[in-house]
Amino acid sequence: MKGNFIDNLPKVYGIYTGGFLAFIIIMAIGEQMGMTSKAIGICFVAFTVAIYAIIGWLSRTAQADAYYVAGRQVPTVFNGMATAADWMSGASFVAMAGGIYFKGYGYMALLVGWTGGYVLVATLLAPYLRKFGCYTVPDFIGTRYGGNLTRFLAVVVLTVASFTYVTAQINATGTIASVALDIPFQYAVYVGLVSILLCSMLGGMRGVTWTQVAQYIVLIIAYLLPVFWISNKMGAGFFPHFMLADEVARIGELEQQFGFIKNSAGDLANVPKGLAGITKAHSAVNATPWAFISLALAMMMGTASLPHVMMRYFTTPSVKAARKSVGWSLFFIFLLYSSAPMLATLSKLSLIDPSLPTGIIGKSIADVQAIDWYQNWNQANLMFVSDFNGNGTLELNEFFMGGKAVVLATPEIAGLPYVISGLVAAGGMAAAMSTADGLILAIANAISHDVYYKIIDPKAETAKRLVVARVLLVVIGFAGATIAAMEIQGILGSVIWAFDFAMSGLFFPLVLGVWWKRANREGAIAGMALGLISGMGYLIWVRNGGSGFLGITQLTFGIFGSAVSLVSMVVVSLITSEPNAATQRMVDEVRVPSGRSIIGKQ
Amino acid sequence: MSKQAQHWEKTRGLLMVTLAIWFVFSIGIFLFGAEMNNATGPFGYPLTYWFTCQGSLGIFVILIFWFANRQEKIDEEFGFSERGDD
Repeated sequence: MKGNFIDNLPKVYGIYTGGFLAFIIIMAIGEQMGMTSKAIGICFVAFTVAIYAIIGWLSRTAQADAYYVAGRQVPTVFNGMATAADWMSGASFVAMAGGIYFKGYGYMALLVGWTGGYVLVATLLAPYLRKFGCYTVPDFIGTRYGGNLTRFLAVVVLTVASFTYVTAQINATGTIASVALDIPFQYAVYVGLVSILLCSMLGGMRGVTWTQVAQYIVLIIAYLLPVFWISNKMGAGFFPHFMLADEVARIGELEQQFGFIKNSAGDLANVPKGLAGITKAHSAVNATPWAFISLALAMMMGTASLPHVMMRYFTTPSVKAARKSVGWSLFFIFLLYSSAPMLATLSKLSLIDPSLPTGIIGKSIADVQAIDWYQNWNQANLMFVSDFNGNGTLELNEFFMGGKAVVLATPEIAGLPYVISGLVAAGGMAAAMSTADGLILAIANAISHDVYYKIIDPKAETAKRLVVARVLLVVIGFAGATIAAMEIQGILGSVIWAFDFAMSGLFFPLVLGVWWKRANREGAIAGMALGLISGMGYLIWVRNGGSGFLGITQLTFGIFGSAVSLVSMVVVSLITSEPNAATQRMVDEVRVPSGRSIIGKQ
Repeated sequence: MSKQAQHWEKTRGLLMVTLAIWFVFSIGIFLFGAEMNNATGPFGYPLTYWFTCQGSLGIFVILIFWFANRQEKIDEEFGFSERGDD
C-alpha cells in the first residue's frame, strides 16, 4: 500500500483539488440560495480542517524513520509544495500584501530576501545535509563537530528562533478561527492549536508532509483566485502579473495629485491602534540601498538557517532530488509572492482612484461612512476615516486601514461574492497551520531526538522515543498557544526576529561545517553561543533606546550576530587543534553525493 | 589529484558562479535602485519595481534549476551520481 500511495500521489491530489473546487462551487450555489455568510465561513474552515485531520490520521506511524523524515521517499514536486506551505506563514498570506501596500519599496526587500535565501539553501546546505542523513538540524551539528555541548547549543538556537516564530502562527490561526467560527480569541487560539496538533501528532513528519501538500493547494487557490477575479472585474487585465503597468503608473499620478500630507500627532491619536494611512510611494524607490540590502541579506541568511525549512529536504529520496526540490519549493512560493504586489496594486487603486466606482478618496465623508463594507471593516477595527481638515471630503491622509485588510477586505470592496471571503479565510488558516506544524515539529523533534535520545538516554527504544516526541509536541504547542493568547507582539515583527535569531546562531556553523574542513568543535561552540548572545544583546540594546550602528536595526540584528559568529568561529577554530582524521573523512564523504548516508553507516 | 578532489574543485567552481549570479540579482542591482527605477522594465513596469515584484524572484527559481542540472552533470562526470530517478 505504501509504495502504491507514493505512485498514486498525482491522482490522489488531483482528485483532492477537484473536490475542493467542487466544494467552492457548492458554497457559491449555497450563497445564491440564501446561505448566510457566517454559515459559509464555518463550512470553509470546518471542512478544510477536517480533511487535514483525516490525512493526519491516515498517516499515523510507529516507525522512527517515518516519524522524523517521512520515510525519505517524498517526490521532489510534492516536497516542493509541502515546503512552500511550510514556508508561507500566516504572515505571508495575510500580512505581506498589506506591507507592500503601505511601505512600498522598503518592504519589497522581504520579497527578495525570502526568495533569494533559497539559492543559498540549494547551493550551500540542502544537498549536503541530505547526504548526511540526519533526522534534525542539531543532529548534523552534533555529529559533524562532535560532543553533546555543540548538539545542545544547536537545540537552543533552534528553539529560540522557532518558538519566536510559532507563537505568531498560532496567533494567526486563532484570529482566523475566532472570526470564522465567531468565538472569543482566547478560546479560538486553542481551537487552532488542536487543529494543528491533529496533523502532526500521529504521523510526525509523514503526517505533516501530506497535510502540507493539501494545505498548499488550498492556500494557493485562495490567494490566486481573488487576484485574477478582481483584476478582471476592474478591467485591469485578465493576467494581472503582466498587465498592471498602467495601474501602477496611475497610482503614481494620483500620489502626485493628492500629495502625502503629514498628519499632526494630535490627529493621529484618534486613529485606532494598528491602522495606517498611505504615506509612502507605491512604486518609487523610497529606501536607501543599505536599508534595502541589509534587510534582504538578513532574510536570505535567515532562510538558510531556519531548521523547519531545512528538515523538509531530509525527506527526499536522494541528494539530487533534494537539490531539485529546492527549485520546486521556490517555484511554488514564487506563485504567491509575485501575486502579492499585484493584489496590493489592485487594492490601492480601487480605493483611491476617484474615477472608479469603488474609489472613496474625494467622496464626502458621510457617503463613505454609509458604505456597507466600510461599516463592516470599521467594526472589525480594520478601517477608519476621519475629517481632520473639516472640509467634509475624504482626503488621502484621512483614510486608515489595517495591514490584514488588503487581503481580507479587497474581495468585498471589489464586489466579489462572499464565498471568496470564506475561501480566503480557509487559505489563511491553511497557511498559518502548515507553518505552525512545521515549527512545532522541528522543536519537538530536536528535543526528543537530540536532547532526550542522544544525550539523556541513548538506549531508549523507538516506541518510547516516539512517545516522548509526541508528549513534547503537545507541551510545546500549548506553551506556544498560551503565549499567543497573551498577544504581546505583532505577527510580522516576531517572524522577522526569528530569521535574525536563526542566522545569528546557526548560519555559519552549518555552512562552514560543510565548506570548511578546518572548522572544529571549539569554533562551532564559540560561533553558536557568541553569535546568538551578541545578536540577542544587540536587539535588547536597540529596543531599550540604543542607537545601534551601521544602520543595523532591530529587524536586521542578525547581520551583527552572524558577523560575530563568523569571526569567533574562524578565530577559535584556528587557535585550537584541527578536527581529527575521522571527522575530516566524514566531511569528504558528505561532499560526494552518491553512496550511503553518513549517519546510516555509523 | 584524486577523482574526489577534482569533483570538489568543479563543485566549488559551480558554487562561485551560482553565488555570483545570486549576488547580482539580490544585492548588486539594488545598489542602483533609485537610478534603475527611471528605466522602463518588462511589461511596462518601472525597472527596479519589476525586479522586486517578479524579476529577481523568477531569476532565483531558474537559477536553482540550472544549478541543480549543472551539479548533476558534474556528479555524472566523476561517477558520483546516484541511481534511481526522482
